[in-house]
Amino acid sequence: MNITLRVWRQKGRDDEGRMVTYKLTDVSEDMSFLEMLDVLNEKLTLENEDPVAFDHDCREGICGACGVVIDGEAHGPERTTTCQLHMRSFNDGDTITVEPWRAKAFPVVKDLVVDRGAFDRIIQSGGFISAPTGTAPDAHANPIPKPDADRAFDAATCIGCGACVAACPNASSMLFTAAKVTHLGMLPQGQPERASRVVKMINQQDEEDFGGCTNIGECAAVCPKGIPLDTISQLNRDLLGSLGKGIG
Amino acid sequence: MATSGAILVLYLIAHMYGNLKVFAGQEAFDGYAHGLREIGYPLLPESGFLWIFRIVLLASILIHIYSAAVLTIRARKARQQRYVVKKRVKRTYSSYTMRYGGVLIALFVIFHILHLTVNVIAPGGKSDSPYERLVNGFQPEFWFVTLFYIAAVIAVGFHLRHGIWSGMATLGANTAARQGKINAVAVAIALVVTVGFLLPPLAVTFGLVS
Repeated sequence: MNITLRVWRQKGRDDEGRMVTYKLTDVSEDMSFLEMLDVLNEKLTLENEDPVAFDHDCREGICGACGVVIDGEAHGPERTTTCQLHMRSFNDGDTITVEPWRAKAFPVVKDLVVDRGAFDRIIQSGGFISAPTGTAPDAHANPIPKPDADRAFDAATCIGCGACVAACPNASSMLFTAAKVTHLGMLPQGQPERASRVVKMINQQDEEDFGGCTNIGECAAVCPKGIPLDTISQLNRDLLGSLGKGIG
Repeated sequence: MATSGAILVLYLIAHMYGNLKVFAGQEAFDGYAHGLREIGYPLLPESGFLWIFRIVLLASILIHIYSAAVLTIRARKARQQRYVVKKRVKRTYSSYTMRYGGVLIALFVIFHILHLTVNVIAPGGKSDSPYERLVNGFQPEFWFVTLFYIAAVIAVGFHLRHGIWSGMATLGANTAARQGKINAVAVAIALVVTVGFLLPPLAVTFGLVS
């Protein structure tokens, strides 16, 4: 298939950036989106042009490194990561627009690569448990009800790709933070720090200049891991509880 | 945002109930309006309850507008570079128009108070009777008043449809099991309030109430 790409090119943090159009011929519909970008980069390299920088790592949909906005949707038209999106989701002759995540908290490093360090700092502020280390405890030492374990696992599938922020009209990271708060809050190991965790993480999120959540739901709709929107309500419930106890 | 919004939603429902009294005739409508001034009397001074009520409402409105302004400023700051192409995946028309709709509603509320409460703006003539103010104001020749009213009430409907849902999420009530129900209740309240507010002025315009 033949496609036309409109790609965001930006030399560095201080560069203004612009959309550049490229034409690609003989693209296989079995290629992943990233493989298609690889083909583009090979072509650009042969033409002595700078290849398009984009983040990627596992290419199996589990690491969260890749992620671009394709035709106005984070990770493109399918509910998966960009690496698991295939060219068969597009038509021959399509013009595809590719942009980086747009948020002040995610500054563009180069082309389609953004710095998601803000997520790391939110995790550092409270997305962990303080437990004595040592040999792994017996699996049945801590009985956890199945529905709680399932919900914790569902929330724990968040790979921190940042699609929620990219899709949010407010550029809010609420779904990411909510996934972490829900994941740890559902398990007994997460209880000692539960009340302070949510306050610390929300404060850090605000400090990173993410927007505020207005419950639109774009985040959960584009999340490649299907983090449910009601985790945000669970975060709010924890937050109200903490503020009620005077924590924060 | 959620708490002040909840107070305003409850007020809207009470206000709509009062408006519908218009179909019970002038005496019932004016009596109801007068009765609001007597609530709590003689424990409170005449209109005392009403003024407490108005202060709570004004505080809610100001808190609501302040929160909305903070959220809007933060959102603008959080995404300074916009997308070249942006697709709406999930957002509804209601959630998309919360901010502009809110501004329209605020402007309408100012006009509405000047028109029917203070009666400074009095299309069709001033009156001491709330019933007559209503009937005078929505006569067919003042179609533009009715049109503004209709536009504002529809904006309120959209505002409630997302607002109730969003407020419940902020208050931590939207669990997976309840999401469907909360959504249905938000749509139901939005519809009832919209229709309930549209009936009296339209009834006047079309001559059913005079």
